Amino acid sequence: MDMALPVVNATAAVFARVSAAFNAPLARAVVFGVHIDGHLVVEGLLIAVIVFQLSRKSYKPPKKPLTEKEIDELCDEWEPEPLCPPIKEGARIDTPMLESAAGPHTIVDGKEVVNFASANYLGLIGNEKIIDSCIGSLEKYGVGSCGPRGFYGTIDVHLDCESKIANFLGTPDSILYSYGISTIFSVIPAFCKKGDIIVADEGVHWAVQNGLHLSRSTVVYFKHNDMASLASTLEKLTRGNKRAEKIRRYIVVESIYQNSGQIAPLDEIVRLKEKYRFRVILEESHSFGVLGKSGRGLAEHYGVPIEKIDIITAGMGNALATDGGFCSGSVRVVDHQRLSSSGYVFSASLPPYLASAAVSAVNYLEENPSVLANLRSNIALLHKKLSDTPGLEISSHVLSPIVFLKLNKSTGSPTTDLDLLETIADKVLKEDSVFIVTSKKSNLDRCKLPLGIRLFVSAGHTESDISRLSSSLKRVSASVLSDY
Amino acid sequence: MVRLPYTTALTTLFSYGLLFAFGQLRDFFRKFVDWFKAKNIKGYAPICLGLEDFYVRRLYLRIQDCFGRPIASAPDSWFDVVERTSNDNNKTLQCTSNTTRCLNLGSYNYLGFAAADEYCTPRVIESLKKYSASTCSVRVDGGTTKLHAELEELAARFVGKPAAILFGMGYVTNSAIIPCLIGKGGLIISDSLNHNSIVNGARGSGATVRVFQHNSPAHLEEVLREQIAGGQPRTHRPWKKIIVIVEGIYSMEGELCKLPEIIAVCKKYKAYTYLDEAHSIGAVGQSGRGVCELLGVDPADVDIMMGTFTKSFGSCGGYIAASKEIIQHLKQSCPAHLYATSMSPPAVQQVISAIKVILGEDGSNRGAQKLARIRENSNFFRSELKKMGFEVLGDNDSPVMPIMLYNPAKIPAFSRECLRQKVAVVTVAFPATPLLLARARICISASHTREDLMKALDVISRVGDLVGIKYFPAEPPKIAEADHDKLE
Repeated sequence: MDMALPVVNATAAVFARVSAAFNAPLARAVVFGVHIDGHLVVEGLLIAVIVFQLSRKSYKPPKKPLTEKEIDELCDEWEPEPLCPPIKEGARIDTPMLESAAGPHTIVDGKEVVNFASANYLGLIGNEKIIDSCIGSLEKYGVGSCGPRGFYGTIDVHLDCESKIANFLGTPDSILYSYGISTIFSVIPAFCKKGDIIVADEGVHWAVQNGLHLSRSTVVYFKHNDMASLASTLEKLTRGNKRAEKIRRYIVVESIYQNSGQIAPLDEIVRLKEKYRFRVILEESHSFGVLGKSGRGLAEHYGVPIEKIDIITAGMGNALATDGGFCSGSVRVVDHQRLSSSGYVFSASLPPYLASAAVSAVNYLEENPSVLANLRSNIALLHKKLSDTPGLEISSHVLSPIVFLKLNKSTGSPTTDLDLLETIADKVLKEDSVFIVTSKKSNLDRCKLPLGIRLFVSAGHTESDISRLSSSLKRVSASVLSDY
Repeated sequence: MVRLPYTTALTTLFSYGLLFAFGQLRDFFRKFVDWFKAKNIKGYAPICLGLEDFYVRRLYLRIQDCFGRPIASAPDSWFDVVERTSNDNNKTLQCTSNTTRCLNLGSYNYLGFAAADEYCTPRVIESLKKYSASTCSVRVDGGTTKLHAELEELAARFVGKPAAILFGMGYVTNSAIIPCLIGKGGLIISDSLNHNSIVNGARGSGATVRVFQHNSPAHLEEVLREQIAGGQPRTHRPWKKIIVIVEGIYSMEGELCKLPEIIAVCKKYKAYTYLDEAHSIGAVGQSGRGVCELLGVDPADVDIMMGTFTKSFGSCGGYIAASKEIIQHLKQSCPAHLYATSMSPPAVQQVISAIKVILGEDGSNRGAQKLARIRENSNFFRSELKKMGFEVLGDNDSPVMPIMLYNPAKIPAFSRECLRQKVAVVTVAFPATPLLLARARICISASHTREDLMKALDVISRVGDLVGIKYFPAEPPKIAEADHDKLE
């Protein structure tokens, strides 16, 4: 209390003096008729300080590039990941080894088995005429063509094959590629560039996905084989867009989906495409030579005129029992690819014996259309016999030569599902000598359809083969899936 | 590298400018003509808009007959070229049934396995009868035959790596493998002149791609230091892994890669190396084992070695050779292995037989003879061309030799005149090469005899005089052997 009072007194005295200084007019300081009061001095000083601060450069921490020594240290410290991840325990790495041609009956690991794992739909593996034409080609041209199509790699059999396929399908022209999966992932980037719009089914296989990714266009997926979803997607995309003349628009679908065995309803797709002005790219690897009255593919099956489909691609490694692929369409479409399709320009051409095998295969199909009836009756028989398999159900279309069996009730995780299916496939092979396979999925594949057992039906299978398969499958699946 | 003289650059640019101007004029008139004709499809954007295919329509179509010439026999050292005619000024070409027998300087037939071979063809026909032309299934399903397993082992042994995996097409090998090895967060450093398949594979993987100057280990080191220190773009996190991709022989330059220096740089900075030996496997090296053997690099130092069977082995397909773990990983995850039809069995047998011939395991020394012949042929041809005054690129021992043309008018002149004199050459222009650097590319084969080469030299010299591409002064013919070696 004693100390406080003098302090308070002193503070009060200081305050009094300061306020007096503020408010006392300085009699001598009259500038331009304005009285300079004390507070004006303070404000003037403040303004001076502000101006001084503003005029100084702002503080930027200096940019020091890394010295050589620092870069050396960083480079020494950096540790890369290993080039490949370690192999998981229990991963299956051995594949079954064939010791004879992959026909309906083949020898796997020393045992004679019934083969449902090869997409040999017309049974042309081992056909005498095809083998003879190949031998003639081999003796005349050797094996490889030793050059890309632009640099003396075009052999007359390639031109024959292209015109044969174009005649067979009824299109103006076609172009040959040297490998099945490179066809679609070269065709899509040749036509679709940055800024274009592509509407694709979400169940397309990896090669199509790769092509869509490489094209750098805007890709919109619609629900697998669902036409209502496709219609609404098309509606949404075209509603706001007025610059329709400059943007190219495509719908990409497969005729028979490898990942599920469904068949795309082409008549509905063509109707939608004409309504919204999109072009259609149709991937027909598994339906060329299979669907339609004479095997001409999905367009014949639905009775759609072939001109309405802008681009048709197919790999020849299935029904035609050879290798390579082709793309067919109008003259403008095909000519454009000869210079801008990377899989055509930058790669060696198809070996000539495979091209002559393709020509013979198409000839055979034209002369013996009854082989299609065999294939169809085999598929129908298989559907009938497998309809009551315990634990598995057929989820593919009734006309599809890929019969897709998936688990009735999933265990919850895709890896255990796959394990169960592979156990079934192994047991069927070991105990009953029937060779079946599950569908495989790479970790780069973004298709989310469920995995299952895929059976490839051939026109060369007999009734007894199919009965053997169905009885074996019923027995094994009953025993393996009894706990689930 | 190519040294472009100023006068040549000026004349080439002038020629291209003239062609461009004429092309634009024709396009302008075409617009008028089309205005009156009805448009055929309403509402659909055209496949190529505006200038996208200007080069094709106005420049390439004029000289279309120099490219894509069909042949009617095996692509051996002499073959039959089909004659083509055009009624509408080269817009479309029709094949006639006449053929001309020409000397083949364009096919990739380095060891002469292109036509039917006495050792390989009977075995190929046997395997065709046993396994048929195709397996119709993917490798993991029913597509692996004993032949595939045998070839994988043999290829690994030939190249000098523990294991190998096979694919049916060389292009797909690159495009489908690179995404399996590296993804987002990784860095790919590739040579500026790498092949389109590598570019596509790198783009498809999602990793960041940087380019280093062609064949320059110094610039590669600079890029590596900068990138490792800087980290990923924007986030500056450290890179997950770095892969450097180079080729053994660059097909448009004929140059060998500076492999020892590049490997040394990559080891220092812990980057992985990927070597694409499409043109060099089987064609260079003492026993045909490629660039590693020629330059004295241990195959264990290169992480991944890729090659194709199209060029030296006369077949089709490609392979990757690496350590066992990497190959196992690829067999489980590579889409080309899981989804693509397996390689055709007769083609596999052709490669097996060709490798056996090269290694001498067929009981004869034809392999060693072929290897010696291709080396002799390439070195002889290259030195003779240089003596005549042509500008020839590429290193010694490389069977690919580009002859510079530069001017766009010389491309069809050279090609057509050579064909008239029964020599078939390949000419390459934009976009496979830079715009000003058009060239004719010669590929020598072990099946060319000395007479074939003398005839080729004679024709090329005459045509070169006519067309005017001897950019360097020719050496006087009476030059002693010792001096000739010094000038190499």
